[in-house]
Amino acid sequence: MSIFINKDTKLVVQGITGRDGSFHTKQMMEYGTNVVAGVTPGKGGQKFEDKVPVFNTVYDAVAATGANTSVIYVPPMGAADAIMEAVDAGCSMVVCITEGVPVLDMTKVYPFVKERGARLLGANCPGIISPGESKVGIIPGRICMPGNVGVVSRSGTLTYEVVYQLTRAGLGQTTCVGIGGDPINGTNFIDCLEAFEKDPKTKAVAMMGEIGGTDEQEAADFVKHHMKKPVVGFIAGQTAPPGRRMGHAGAIISGSAGTAAEKIEAFKAAGIGVAVRPMDFVDLIKAKLN
Amino acid sequence: MNIHEYQAKQIFKGFGVPVPEGKVATTPAEAEAIAKEYGVPVMVKAQVHVGGRGKAGGVKFCKTPADAKEKATAILGMQIKGLTVEKVLVTVAADIGSEAYVGIIVDRKRKKPVFMVSAAGGIDIEQVAAETPEKILYLPVDTRYGLRSYEAMRMGFFLYSDVKLAKQAAKIMQQLYLAFMASGCSLAEINPLVATPTGECIAVDGKMVIDDNELDRRPEVEALRDVSSEAPSEVDARNNNLTFIKLDGNVGCVVNGAGLAMATMDLVKYYGGEPANFLDIGGSSNPEKVVNALRIITADPNVKCILFNIFGGITRTDDVANGIVTATKANPLQVPIVIRLTGTNEEIAMKILTDNGFSASADMDEAVIKAVKLAKGGQAA
Repeated sequence: MSIFINKDTKLVVQGITGRDGSFHTKQMMEYGTNVVAGVTPGKGGQKFEDKVPVFNTVYDAVAATGANTSVIYVPPMGAADAIMEAVDAGCSMVVCITEGVPVLDMTKVYPFVKERGARLLGANCPGIISPGESKVGIIPGRICMPGNVGVVSRSGTLTYEVVYQLTRAGLGQTTCVGIGGDPINGTNFIDCLEAFEKDPKTKAVAMMGEIGGTDEQEAADFVKHHMKKPVVGFIAGQTAPPGRRMGHAGAIISGSAGTAAEKIEAFKAAGIGVAVRPMDFVDLIKAKLN
Repeated sequence: MNIHEYQAKQIFKGFGVPVPEGKVATTPAEAEAIAKEYGVPVMVKAQVHVGGRGKAGGVKFCKTPADAKEKATAILGMQIKGLTVEKVLVTVAADIGSEAYVGIIVDRKRKKPVFMVSAAGGIDIEQVAAETPEKILYLPVDTRYGLRSYEAMRMGFFLYSDVKLAKQAAKIMQQLYLAFMASGCSLAEINPLVATPTGECIAVDGKMVIDDNELDRRPEVEALRDVSSEAPSEVDARNNNLTFIKLDGNVGCVVNGAGLAMATMDLVKYYGGEPANFLDIGGSSNPEKVVNALRIITADPNVKCILFNIFGGITRTDDVANGIVTATKANPLQVPIVIRLTGTNEEIAMKILTDNGFSASADMDEAVIKAVKLAKGGQAA
């Protein structure tokens, strides 16, 4: 079992002929993801890698192939439109990899997606992988292995780091989700924690947060009141200076809200195991599983 | 991106928000001339990208042009929280009846821009929020529809019982909202919004923070950037598509991805060292980025050791390895370098490095421990 994507995921790639889109589509196909269609306006009728039909619109792609999930690799100024197009065409899951989407665009996209009952992951995220079943996005497949740890993170490469260490220690994963570092994103920690709690295969959850905002504190509160499964957490940015944006739009400490110390306290109060270093996940999760 | 008060007020004015007349001076003589031109008492205000200018002595009331010259002499060149004042705004002093606060900020929790308005203006709004939260009205805006008239009116009447003032304030809310959206702001603030004894509303101070992600489609806003108010190394990094923030330590860090970069800094500290910087070389790699990153880092004389931590996903580690080799051939390093890399094309990268006399490990903790030790002048294990 897994969350959000699985063997039944039929994927359409928006921006399939672009530099990043084509590279990662090949990677997803190699991993075994069922890529059924691509979309690049003006290139309808072509085939990607002699295999995947390309359409002009997501609407056409869904009508012809029954795609139920979309992944987006389009430039930032077109990302909001691409997300809405995918949802309007009937995709129930949309993963937006694009980095640099203006936050005011997301204020329009978010309610649009919610009102139509779809799920958006990202933007500015590495995507999602259910090892052995499907991969949507850019998380390197070979650092993952099937198992029973759920992983959710706001970061990209930090997620890889932790997953890599888990895999090296023999701790496989049900699903790894990168929710992205932007201030407004489609899926938050709580959405993932709730799904992991319901997923019978998941036995423990690893959660990587960072400074800025209050998502981790709210996630901690959710763990305390609604979860029986063990959770281990980490906060990046313990040494970050206040008021500076650290690459991720979300990773900024303004005033007192969102410091690492505050988040770590919230974790402890909720009974979440605190990994001080990324490598600490391994021992903490092993201990919780026994 | 931060812009100056005078720039924010120019934008406000363009959308119809009433602001006091004002001009920028870079010398005391200019400040005097502007004050003379207005012929009334003025405020001389330091233009720097930090809060608390008033408390630091950067905002002064001046009765006469000679007074303006004297105050400008004191303020220009002054240091406020580490920033040198290069410009002052000389602006007509308003008659103050009452002061209100008006702000719009993108709220992550509500996932919308939210107006915050309070009749308790002129002071620190965070203090009002903490001590007397009932004095603040929060009004989220659905950006698909924009700010509606009734919402603006509700805020106007929350601030003023006088109908004329309330209607003026409501209009200012609409104008401020349009300025906020058109400039791609993450924050816009009028503090204080002054009601004069004669019943006029006027924005006496203005602030705007622009979402960096908007700048590509708003060249007119990007043009407002004042590079003299930013650290040169940070400007250099941005021009090369790197995210760099200078810190005070001596371990120079080059990492891909913001989360891993922060975790690397944390780990440096955990093992007893101090990071010299935050530097994210970003996702898609090319050797040139690494060359630029090394140039920026080695320009900092505090750096005693350089630490690379690369987890290749989109980033190809062979590109990073090539960058390291190219950069160090052109400019041999004066300090030791510790390289950790793993992920995409790792085998090729390791070969490139060893062929050129570098060593690299695949373990993050091991690399950090070694870098911290070298930065302290120790020998590598």
